[in-house]
Amino acid sequence: MTSLLGALWLALALQQPAPQVPTIDGSKTARDSALDRTAREVSSGLRCPVCQGLSIQDSPADLAVEMKHLVREQLAAGKTPDEVRAYFIGKYGEWVLLAPEPSGFNLVVYLLPIGLVIGGAVIVFTFVRRHGGAHLPTER
Amino acid sequence: MNWRRASIAGAAALPIIALLAYGTTRDPKAIASPLPGRTAPDFALSVIAQGEAAQQRVEGDTITLSQFAGQVVVLNFWASWCLACRDEHRALSDVAEAYVDRGVKFFGVLYDDAPQNGRRWIEEMGGQSYPSVDDPRKRTAIDYGLYGVPETFFIGKDGRVAYKHIGPVTDALLVFKLDSLLAAPPSKTPASP
Repeated sequence: MTSLLGALWLALALQQPAPQVPTIDGSKTARDSALDRTAREVSSGLRCPVCQGLSIQDSPADLAVEMKHLVREQLAAGKTPDEVRAYFIGKYGEWVLLAPEPSGFNLVVYLLPIGLVIGGAVIVFTFVRRHGGAHLPTER
Repeated sequence: MNWRRASIAGAAALPIIALLAYGTTRDPKAIASPLPGRTAPDFALSVIAQGEAAQQRVEGDTITLSQFAGQVVVLNFWASWCLACRDEHRALSDVAEAYVDRGVKFFGVLYDDAPQNGRRWIEEMGGQSYPSVDDPRKRTAIDYGLYGVPETFFIGKDGRVAYKHIGPVTDALLVFKLDSLLAAPPSKTPASP
């Protein structure tokens, strides 16, 4: 009986319209959510200096949280995402980027895996063509 | 054994082994700072520990870097929870006292810590000759590209970051760096931002 009442109460509660969040200006809210989205995107690409391989977006460390606030503040002040990234690169070096810029020596990071995959495929292809089926056990 | 095949496999593996071997020679925590050579970021931070004698500042007073234009400044980021900060405390305090007449300013910047903890720590350590300021929002730490404590920044008379030291400093290092900064002729080229 108690569970039936509970289920009824839950069903009624779910039918209630969600409380309206009072907004002063609809366009301001949209702008804020766009700003938050951009801030999240920039923060996800910046390395937390006091963590191991975490972005400042994902890190709960105080320094990362403060960096995240700074990202949002700078974007709100009119800086572009590239300018915000440049600010952090100016302080921490390119190390602060979780994905290094694909230029100069960094290209090795991007091209080496592709080269290895192609090289591996060529070796496998050559091996199979030369010895294809030679070692397969014969059916009796 | 097919020696030709083995040598091809060895030659292919060699660059990868060399790359891994090179990786083991590097300290992943030693990250080069882009700050040396650039203008030291200015700050306005509140004094939480006043220091002693000639270096004393009023508690609550605001310290800005621009107040000390033309002077050599040493900024040491520290915290009461930092063990390595204990190792360098005496050296910093003594050298700061020894160089006070030569116009060198030392400031401690409390990082990620409560001012009362910082003050208690200084008391426990037997005092500190130079004042410490608080960086409650860590903005100065971020401006200086900090990723741990202790870290010490040497700022030259031209207002540029001359050197960043990661980990505890020693008397010898402080004296060497300060003597070379004090002996350096004034820079003619403007500092880069």
